[in-house]
Amino acid sequence: MTELRLLDGCTAITEAALTAGCRFFAGYPMSPFTGLLEAMSRRMPEENGTCMNAESEIEAVNMVLGAAAAGARAATGSCGQGIALMQEAIAEMALNQTPAVVFNMARNQQDYFQCTRGGGWGDYRTLTLAPKDVPEAVEHTQLLFWLAERYRMPVILYGDPILAQTQVAVRIEPRDHGPLPPRDWVLDGSSGGTGRSRQVWTWAMGKATDPGPGPDRHWRAIAEKFSEVAAAEQRSESYRTEDADTIVVAFGTAALFVAHVVDELRARGLRVGLFRPVTLWPFPSVALAAATRRATRVLVFELNAGQMLDDVRQYVHDRDTVAFIGGVSIHESGLAFGPLLDAGPIRERILSASEGTR
Amino acid sequence: MTIDTSAPPPGADQVAAARPDLILGDHGLCPGCGEPVALRLLLEVLQELEIVNRTIGVVGHGCYGSFVQIMDVDVLQCLHGRAPSCATGIKRVRPSAVVFTLQGDGDMVNEGLQEVLHTAARGENVTCVLLNNGVFGDTGGQQTATTVIGQRTKTSLAGRDPATHGYPIPVADLVASLSGVAYVARGAVSTPAAVTRTKKLLRKAFEHQLAGDGFGLVEVLTMCPTGWFVPAADGPDYLTGSMEAAYPLGELPLRSAMGGGV
Repeated sequence: MTELRLLDGCTAITEAALTAGCRFFAGYPMSPFTGLLEAMSRRMPEENGTCMNAESEIEAVNMVLGAAAAGARAATGSCGQGIALMQEAIAEMALNQTPAVVFNMARNQQDYFQCTRGGGWGDYRTLTLAPKDVPEAVEHTQLLFWLAERYRMPVILYGDPILAQTQVAVRIEPRDHGPLPPRDWVLDGSSGGTGRSRQVWTWAMGKATDPGPGPDRHWRAIAEKFSEVAAAEQRSESYRTEDADTIVVAFGTAALFVAHVVDELRARGLRVGLFRPVTLWPFPSVALAAATRRATRVLVFELNAGQMLDDVRQYVHDRDTVAFIGGVSIHESGLAFGPLLDAGPIRERILSASEGTR
Repeated sequence: MTIDTSAPPPGADQVAAARPDLILGDHGLCPGCGEPVALRLLLEVLQELEIVNRTIGVVGHGCYGSFVQIMDVDVLQCLHGRAPSCATGIKRVRPSAVVFTLQGDGDMVNEGLQEVLHTAARGENVTCVLLNNGVFGDTGGQQTATTVIGQRTKTSLAGRDPATHGYPIPVADLVASLSGVAYVARGAVSTPAAVTRTKKLLRKAFEHQLAGDGFGLVEVLTMCPTGWFVPAADGPDYLTGSMEAAYPLGELPLRSAMGGGV
């Protein structure tokens, strides 16, 4: 077993990405993503990899698209508006089937729609993992490179300032997630002049001598693939939900705080539990429906005006049990969480929302 | 206009009937279009340099986008304007591959000016090929960033007027002014002599890439009679009279050759 190392989240994610075989990274500074770009810039050359100082988020993600089409395990990242700039290329990768990992080291939880809905054009979604802490971010990073290549699609890690900057003791070792499909689609130049040269193309029309499926069949196949992923890759964690009357739904760092409050309230004799979506897309619809079957109150806590709330309402056992206890809460700097992300306010909101249901 | 109906000389007939090995089918573009001529020159150069089986092309969006189906080269069809960035990613992870982009003026100079300038300034060892016809051909003849002063388009009906539409951007001159650039040239496909010369320019650009010298750009002025609203047969003369006057042909002097530092 490898040794425990004290690393901040960005450095731990960088080491995990390297362990997963990532050798191409491109980015443009935007805090708190900046720490990841700096760590990649430091470490990639030491591992014979490349880290590019792109002149914009648009160029960064398109460099990654090119590197991935040429067969590299490649990644980029940003947050908020920077991710918005990347959406055109993320959609393109979903439709031309190039695998890549996008690290959204977000400033808050207001990127939920942007991560889960597919912010660009076309019938696709982005598989998104939301780790609760740095050790889980390490696991997720390694898993994401595997998932990206398994399904040939861009995937997202949804982090935040706490995850990016907190120093934690972590163990980073290679993980085997299983076999991957052949990489016979990779552009290496070798098929030129054969009459069957390769192409990576959203419209998939093929060559005059070797026609492809074309946009209609290709885009229907892509949509089918996303349906498969939606069914196969749901991940979630249920914490003390078995006998709970009140179930709080929260993701990422916010779920860590909620888990703490759940323990506090359990100690007082309240039957409270936590349901944590680990994949934001695909949303863990089956597990949420099962976990909320006996609950009289399902409280959604997220640091935004109610984005995951839409998914909870869609998949909960009984929509009438759902209430929103989150909200927009941003630090004065605009760069981090505000005061709502704390045990006190969370406890108060759970207690006031569950009054009369005990 | 008098039309010469006599048979062409045997040499010209041979050239017209020949289909280069790397072209897999008909291009399907308008009569009089210059882009297929440029494609043919590009593919002939790849074949003559014996690099076809290690070349990756990155193709942008315009009429030439349909070449993806007929060029027998590994191709990434990329987003509008982003080809130089994609080419950068490819070349950095496959340094032994020969990497080129194929872009129009709308793709490179309108949508993707930032990408091509930064790729040039990084000295990326790739070759960008600009097919410049001064108009958005694919969408039917609107003004681009390279439309010359006075040129009529569907979005400058009375002709491009600097007071309203600003001035055209000579992207090759901009690129030549940057450090990190190994080769910049401008050719045309308006006359047999220009075609022959343009092929030499393309060959030199790829030779520079093979030598690892840095960024290369070859701009090829191409006819677009449909987008210029002139008869197909008038395209070459129109090109010579309008675009070639605004964009002089030949190799451009480089900043590095003029002793320019950063």
